[in-house]
Amino acid sequence: MVWETVIGLEVHVQLATKSKLFSGSSTTFGAAPNTQANIFDLAMPGTLPVLNAEALRMAVKFGLAIDAEIGRRSVFDRKNYFYPDLPKGYQVSQLEFPTVGKGQLEITLEDGSTRSIGITRAHMEEDAGKSLHEDFQGQSGIDLNRAGTPLLEIVSEPELRNAKEAVAYLKKLHSIIRYLGISDGNMAQGSMRCDANVSVRKKGATEFGTRTEIKNINSFRFVEKAILHEAQRQIDLIEDGGRVVQETRLYDADRDETRSMRSKEVANDYRYFPEPDLLPVVIDEVFIEAVCKELPELPDAKCARFVEQYTLSDYDAGVLSSSRALADYYEQVVGICGDAKLSANWVSVDLQAVLNKQDLEVEDSPISAERLGGLITRIKDQTISSKIAKTVFEAMLESAQSADEIIESQGLKQVTDTGAIEKLVDEVIAANPEQVEQYRAGKEKVFAFFIGQAMKVSRGKANPAQLNDLLREKLKG
Amino acid sequence: MSDRTVAALSRSLAQGEVSSVELTRDYLSRIARHNSVYNAYITVTEELALAQAAEADARRARGEHGPLTGVPIAHKDIFCTRDVLTTCASKMLGNFVSPYDATVVERLNAAGTVTLGKTNMDEFAMGSSNETSFFGAVRNPWDTDRVPGGSSGGSAAAVAADLCAIATGTDTGGSIRQPAAFCGVTGFKPSYGRISRWGMIAFASSLDQAGPICKSAEDAALMMNVIAGADPKDSTCVDAPVPDYTATLNDSLKGLRIGVPRQHLAEGLGKEVEQALQEALKVFESLGATVKEIDLPNNHLSVSAYYVVAPAEASANLSRFDGVRYGYRCENPVNLEDMYKRSRGEGFGAEVKRRIMVGTYALSAGYYDAYYLKAQRIRRLIKQDFDKAFAEVDVIIGPTTPHTAFKVGEKNDDPVTMYLEDIYTIGVNLAGLPGVSIPAGLSSTSGKRLPIGIQLVGSDFGEARLLNVAHQFQQHTDWHLQRPEV
Repeated sequence: MVWETVIGLEVHVQLATKSKLFSGSSTTFGAAPNTQANIFDLAMPGTLPVLNAEALRMAVKFGLAIDAEIGRRSVFDRKNYFYPDLPKGYQVSQLEFPTVGKGQLEITLEDGSTRSIGITRAHMEEDAGKSLHEDFQGQSGIDLNRAGTPLLEIVSEPELRNAKEAVAYLKKLHSIIRYLGISDGNMAQGSMRCDANVSVRKKGATEFGTRTEIKNINSFRFVEKAILHEAQRQIDLIEDGGRVVQETRLYDADRDETRSMRSKEVANDYRYFPEPDLLPVVIDEVFIEAVCKELPELPDAKCARFVEQYTLSDYDAGVLSSSRALADYYEQVVGICGDAKLSANWVSVDLQAVLNKQDLEVEDSPISAERLGGLITRIKDQTISSKIAKTVFEAMLESAQSADEIIESQGLKQVTDTGAIEKLVDEVIAANPEQVEQYRAGKEKVFAFFIGQAMKVSRGKANPAQLNDLLREKLKG
Repeated sequence: MSDRTVAALSRSLAQGEVSSVELTRDYLSRIARHNSVYNAYITVTEELALAQAAEADARRARGEHGPLTGVPIAHKDIFCTRDVLTTCASKMLGNFVSPYDATVVERLNAAGTVTLGKTNMDEFAMGSSNETSFFGAVRNPWDTDRVPGGSSGGSAAAVAADLCAIATGTDTGGSIRQPAAFCGVTGFKPSYGRISRWGMIAFASSLDQAGPICKSAEDAALMMNVIAGADPKDSTCVDAPVPDYTATLNDSLKGLRIGVPRQHLAEGLGKEVEQALQEALKVFESLGATVKEIDLPNNHLSVSAYYVVAPAEASANLSRFDGVRYGYRCENPVNLEDMYKRSRGEGFGAEVKRRIMVGTYALSAGYYDAYYLKAQRIRRLIKQDFDKAFAEVDVIIGPTTPHTAFKVGEKNDDPVTMYLEDIYTIGVNLAGLPGVSIPAGLSSTSGKRLPIGIQLVGSDFGEARLLNVAHQFQQHTDWHLQRPEV
């Protein structure tokens, strides 16, 4: 039996506003418990919400970036349920009239092909606080610092067909919200959270299978693993004659398995109704145009421009445009050294390896764009070879010196003086008569030996092209 | 001093006949003497009052005063008052000391009023008789066997018995106008959005509106000048200019077009109330107004629609009272669910629980369309009826209540009959319009004199015209000057 997985993602993105969605409290992460909760956040009697205009602007910005319908009249609703970290006893969300309607997101698959994934909607809502179940001797502690932080919940159509597509979608979403500057998208800190709706069906079937919802998956890697695991669990279940129960499941990364949290069949009735403390939000053309003007160049457009302007491969352009900061870094390097291809290699291979190893964002790169640009400039003007450049690059990681300073202080300047190289070649030929015989007898392979010897003596500084030419000439005898 | 309206007090204070401290002491002693009978106050803030009075006198001496500076006021216990117990007449908030002032309180404080205390009310403003208060029923100063009306019964009784000069109230379905009618005082409910709701404990957010309860329309205008106007803390408070409501009080009523709703004169209206209304209409005609009958064809649906919308909103508004952060928490809860159930079960009274259940039911999956959405549609129809009427008339006049004040305990077993007492006032809230109840007669059939109120309803944000019409009536009648024997 061939099975097909059907996946829809619900992604909660914490909007990077300074204050909360309906109150003036700060949203900074990591403050002491309950120091960022004012009388509204504590749901004191008589307090009222006032919408944060910046959060609305950010939501609209996202809508425009995914080419979505913008709700000209969006309405906040109350979603009612009791929980200690939900101070009002209801969460203010948007049910029927979200700020962002239907849109789409283009994802690139591993084989380089692209797919457009439908986004059903993106609505604004407030986050809950946190319940802390340890350290309180059998009681629970409540921290309301996070209560009321603005969230954008982005809901995809069930159009993703495997775990890799889901990851590609999530990464693209991550890239866009970071480009827009509307969220830091930090999954570990919870500023981007993902729930996955997963079902399986026989390949070719048109009906959807019964789905389960996997909650709060907190890394890209876990999204892939959780979906793979859950799809396989459902397939095994059906093939063994069982049936999938609609329920919420939790992914346990330590055991790499999902397990049942609660059944949807006994789910709360949230008794949504329009929030009477807030007026409907009316968005006009002028507002939309103003937000439109603030939109930066987005990943797809940037990628296309890189291919066009710098004649990069689709792959390189894709890697370099995956984050706005990386793209800006790359363009700064190109601006300094003037070599797009060399810059692409250094940024996407060498620099990226360092960043990955040290788990750093490009914003925190140990080597600035100026310094890397300076290094590539010296490769281009043949002051150093590519090989020596690696040495300089390593040295740059250890100090704040420029490439020129390192080349100067360590004497790494490439030798291009013909006289000096000629002398070197003569020495090497004189020192290895046996190999000279072999070469002259037609053993072409020995040539590499001479290059190696010459480089060794010159400590890598001899200009490779000049060395090559002179060796060939002298070996002819 | 017999006529203790703001206008009269303000004159005495200005001329130095009395200081605010003296006046405040007098009111405090009246409260000490009489409150045990009427139970109009839940909390008396003697220290605060005397301090504010001294400050008011100092302001007057410096010439930094307005008409309300030094005037003793009482606040309905639904308004948050900083560092003062704010109970909403519920066991649930029996220990709640507010950390902040409601905007209404803040503005009145800034104008120099002197806070005598917090008045009794129906629990969470749910009731029409002031019998649902956790702190006991309020008695009507005209006949202590009778209710003062509700939910702002404490404020209306306190003004009627002159236990304060003026008071604040709130009106969700008639909670200012009905007790004003029962107690023979002037109760003014402004348009929805005219006054900030910040700090006013929510019952039904789309209907609640604060307003003055006082001894004359002129006093209401003076209070409105202070409390009306936009507030950045309340998104539903309208940013429209606030006129000087006293400036047009003496405008002529010549040519005023009065509409009397046919539906309000129909079955159910008490004879004496109808008579008083007809007499009042004659007064208006003598002042140059014309009277015609109008139609409010959907008014009979207003009570049903209201008892879906208001409980629905209340069911969510009251969810925050969960025993977690403040207010009442049950003893020794064994777990979270137990804490929720017992804190709410023990903290709320029967009427509040009834409305939470009705509201929860109306919003439940499968019932939402049939109840909540339908009620909202009726609400639109009722508004359209008023819009149509206001195309033909300037003000709508009718009875405030079908009858005069009923006896304590009389309607306790029959909530629906009690709800129907609000048949003339509820539509005005559903439409968001301004309305005022003014005294227009005294009944004597029960052996004791009982006030009769009539209701004047204005168009959207037509507060100034409404106060003008009420004031002119009071310039030519003396019903508002009648006081019970305290």
